[in-house]
Amino acid sequence: MTHTPADAREAAEIVRAANAPFDIAGAGTRAFGRPPEGVRLSGAGLGGIVFHEPAEMTLRARAGTPVREVEEKLAEAGQMLPFEPMDPRVLFGTTGEPTVGGLVASALAGPRRLSAGAVRDNLLGVEIVNGRGEIIRAGGRVMKNVTGLDLVKITCGALGTLGFITEATFKLLPRPRAEATIVIRRLDDARAVEAMAMALGSPFGVSGAATIHAGMGREFPRTLLRVEGFKDSVAYRAERLIALLADFGAKHALLGEESERMWRAIRDGAFLAEPRERAIWRASLKPSDAPAALAALGTTALASLMDLGGGLLWFATDPTPQAAGEVRAALARIPGHAELIRAEAGLRSRVDVFTPLNPALARLTRGVKQSLDPKGLFNPGRMYAGI
Amino acid sequence: MSAIRMPTPDPAILARADAIRAALAAALPAECVVTDEAGRRAFETDALTAYRRLPLAVLLPRSTEETALALKLCRQHGVNIVPRGAGTSLAGGAVPQEDAVVVGLSKMNRILEVNYADRYARVEAGVTNLSISEAMAADGFFYAPDPSSQLACTIGGNVANNSGGAHCLKYGVTSNHLMGVRLVTFEGEVVDIGGPALDPAGLDFLGLICGAEGQLGIVTEVFVRILPLAEGARPALFGFDDAEDASRCVAAIIGAGILPVAMEYMDNLAIEITENFAHAGYPLDVEAMLIIECEGSTPEIDAEFARILEIAHAHGVRVVRECQSAMEAAQIWKGRKSAFGATGRIADYICMDGTVPTGRLPEALRRVGEICAAAGLRVANVFHAGDGNMHPLILYNVNDPKEQEKAERAGEEVLAMSVELGGCLTGEHGVGLEKRDLMSKQYTPQELAQQKAVRAVFDPEGRFNPAKVFPLEERAA
Ligand SMILES: Cc1cc2nc3c(=O)[nH]c(=O)nc-3n(C[C@H](O)[C@H](O)[C@H](O)COP(=O)(O)OP(=O)(O)OC[C@H]3O[C@@H](n4cnc5c(N)ncnc54)[C@H](O)[C@@H]3O)c2cc1C
Repeated sequence: MTHTPADAREAAEIVRAANAPFDIAGAGTRAFGRPPEGVRLSGAGLGGIVFHEPAEMTLRARAGTPVREVEEKLAEAGQMLPFEPMDPRVLFGTTGEPTVGGLVASALAGPRRLSAGAVRDNLLGVEIVNGRGEIIRAGGRVMKNVTGLDLVKITCGALGTLGFITEATFKLLPRPRAEATIVIRRLDDARAVEAMAMALGSPFGVSGAATIHAGMGREFPRTLLRVEGFKDSVAYRAERLIALLADFGAKHALLGEESERMWRAIRDGAFLAEPRERAIWRASLKPSDAPAALAALGTTALASLMDLGGGLLWFATDPTPQAAGEVRAALARIPGHAELIRAEAGLRSRVDVFTPLNPALARLTRGVKQSLDPKGLFNPGRMYAGI
Repeated sequence: MSAIRMPTPDPAILARADAIRAALAAALPAECVVTDEAGRRAFETDALTAYRRLPLAVLLPRSTEETALALKLCRQHGVNIVPRGAGTSLAGGAVPQEDAVVVGLSKMNRILEVNYADRYARVEAGVTNLSISEAMAADGFFYAPDPSSQLACTIGGNVANNSGGAHCLKYGVTSNHLMGVRLVTFEGEVVDIGGPALDPAGLDFLGLICGAEGQLGIVTEVFVRILPLAEGARPALFGFDDAEDASRCVAAIIGAGILPVAMEYMDNLAIEITENFAHAGYPLDVEAMLIIECEGSTPEIDAEFARILEIAHAHGVRVVRECQSAMEAAQIWKGRKSAFGATGRIADYICMDGTVPTGRLPEALRRVGEICAAAGLRVANVFHAGDGNMHPLILYNVNDPKEQEKAERAGEEVLAMSVELGGCLTGEHGVGLEKRDLMSKQYTPQELAQQKAVRAVFDPEGRFNPAKVFPLEERAA
C-alpha cells in the first residue's frame, strides 16, 4: 500500500492517523541509508514549482517536483542550483525522475560544494510534516534569516528520519558562462593533494578539485582543477593557475562541453558505478589526510578517486561485511567519517551505513529524532539502527 | 518603563545569592570569578542598552574544563546561565538577569591552529572576529563573515547569532563557514561536533547550534573555514536622487547574474551622520547611495564594474565615485562600518534587522519611512541591500519613556511588515529579548513548540538564556 498525499494538509492527516512506520520516498532513485521498512509514504503527489524569482535568485518547489523540471526552468533563466546535485541514477542504477524531496533528504552535493557550499548552505526554507502530523515551516525565502531555532539544516541530510518534506526553497546562482578544467597528469596522491591545496589556496576561484586514479579511463592519474565564470575571467584564471602549478606539470585545459562532461561524471560517481555489485563509499576528511587514508585502505579499496581537493574520497569495495569492517578499521584513526552509499539492501542492513556515533552524539541524535517524531514513524533506522 | 517584560527573578535564588557567590568563588580561581557589584555592573547589558540587569555573578573561565566546571556549579546551585562573548548583541541576547550567572568567554581568546593546506583554523570562542583574519592576512588568507562589529565581537557570539556582514553577499554567513564546535552542555558535558573535515557526520547539529543564541550550550572552541584573499578588491559609490531607484538597481544587478562581494545601501540621513563622523568622502547631496565592491584581478574588477555601471545608468544614477587607492577604499569601508557607532553619537537608536525579498525593497523602504514619519521619529537606513537585510535605525531619546515606547512600537510595525512581505524578523542580529514577543508573527504555535522541543533536547530545564528567543510562557494559573 502507498500513501500519495496531494498536499501538506493531506500528508498531515495521514501522519496523524498512523501508528506504524512509513517508508518515505520520492521517486525511489536513491537506495541510500539502511533499508526502509513500513508503508510507503510518497512525495510524488506533491508536484510543481511554487515560484521562481530570477531577480531574487530563489526558487521554491514542492517535494515531488522532478529535479529535472527545476533544472530546466533554471537553465532558461541562466541560473542553477549552486551545489551541483548528482544524478543518483548513474550510481544507483535506478530509473525514474529524482525529486526535490530526495535531493534535500539525502543532501549529496557535487564538486562545486567547495565554492558554493553544500545542499544545506543553499536551502533557505523547508516545509515538513512532523511526527505529530503538524505542518512545520522552517526558514523562508530570504537570503538571511536567523529568526528562531534553525530547523532547516537539521532536516537536510536526515534521510527523511525527522519529517516528511513537502516543500523546499533554494538559493540560486547564475550559471557560469564559461568553464575550463586544468589537467595535471601522473601525480601520486601526496603530490596531487599538494597541487589541489595550492590551487584552492590561490585567489583564482577554483570550483572543482579532483583526482581520478589510474585505470579510470586513462592509464595514469589525472588531477583536475576547474574555474568558472565570465569567459575572459575564466581564460585569465586558467592561465594563472597553469603558471602557478607549472612545477606539477600543469599544461593544458579542457574547455566547454569536455570540461562539463568530466565534472558531471565526478559528480555522479560515474567512474565507480561499474561493476554494479561493488559497494561504494564516500569518506569526508581533512584533505591532507587523504593519502594516508588511501594507504590505510590499501587493496580494500578496489577503485577510488579524490574530490573536494582530497576532502572527499569515493571508493569501491567488495560488497561484504568483512570489507566494511576493514573500511571502518582503516579509517578509525583519521578524523572524519565515511558513509556506505551504495550496496544491496542485505549488506546495508547488516553493517553501519553511517560512521557509528559516540555516546553524546547518539543521545542528541535520539533526542532530536524523538522531538520531531515521537512515535518513530518516519524511516526508522534509516540512518542508525534503532533510531 | 521598558516595554519588554523581564521575568521576575527567582526569590529563592536571590535569597541565596551571597552563598552562591561564595561557593563559586571557592571553586574557581579568583581571576575567573567576578562577584563585587562594580565588577558585575560591567556585564549588566549589551548593545541593547535600554535593558539592564545586574547578574548574580560573572564567571570568566580560561579553558573548556573550567567552563564545564562553571556549568556544573551553576547546575548544582540551580541558577540560570547567560553565555557572553563581547556583549555587542543588538537584540539583548547577552543581557543578564538578577538570578542568572554570566559565563563570559573573554579569557578564551587564543588562535589554536591555522592550517592553510586544509584551509581551516581552530580558535577559542572568545577570539574576536577580526583577529582571526588578521592572524592570517600576511599569508593571503581570511575568515569571510565580517560583521561591522568585528573589532570587538567574538567568534562564539558570531556562532550563537549566525552573524553576517557586508561581504556575506558573495561569501555567506557564519554557518556557511563553520566546520566544528566544542560545546559544553548544561550538565557540563563536553561534546565535539564536526572538525577539520568539510562536512560533519550524521545529523546537521552544527546547523542547529549556529544561530541558537546560546540556548543549546556554551561553545568554547570553533573550527572555521578560511579562504584565500582575492587578488584585489575595490569599492565604488553610486549616488541616486531617488531612493527607490537605488533599491531597484540592486535587484537589477542581481537579476543580471552579477554577484558583487558587497552591495550596501545608505540613505541620506545615514550618509550625513556617517560622513560627519568618518569623513569617508560620501556624496551628501543624494537621496541614497550604494557601496558596491567587486573582487578579482584589475581587469576582472573593471569588467564587472562596467556591467554594473550600465545597469546603474539605466536606473538614473547621478554620482559615481570610483575609488582610486587602497586608502580611499579603506575610508569607504571605515565609514560604512562605523555607521551604527556614528548614529549612536547623535541619538539613541534601535536597530531593526528584518529581511525582505530583494524585489520588495523599494516598497519596504517606502513603508519604513511612512511608519517612522507617523510616529514622529527620524530613521536612518544603512544595510546589506544585496541580500535584502534591512537595518532601519530608529532614532529616539532613551530618557524619554514616551519616545522609547513610540520607537519600539514603530520597530515592531517595521518587523511585522518584513514578515508580511515574505521576509523575516531578523536576518543576522538574532531574536534575543528584543523580538521575543514578536515570534508569533512569523511562526505558528506548533512551530514554536517544535523549536522549543528541539531546544529541550540540549537543555531540558531551559537554563541557558531563559526569557529569550521564545515568547514568555503565560503564567500558569
Ligand atoms: C556597532 C555594531 C555593529 C554590528 N554589526 C553587525 C553586522 O554587521 N552583522 C551582524 O550580524 N551583527 C552585527 N552586530 C551585532 C553583534 O555584533 C553580533 O551579533 C555578534 O556576533 C555578537 O558577538 P558578541 O561576541 O558580542 O556576543 P554577545 O553579544 O556577547 O552575545 C550574543 C549572543 O550569543 C550568546 N553567546 C555569546 N558567546 C557564546 C558562546 N561562546 N557560546 C554560546 N553562546 C554564546 C549570548 O548569550 C548572546 O545570546 C553589530 C553590533 C554592533 C554593536
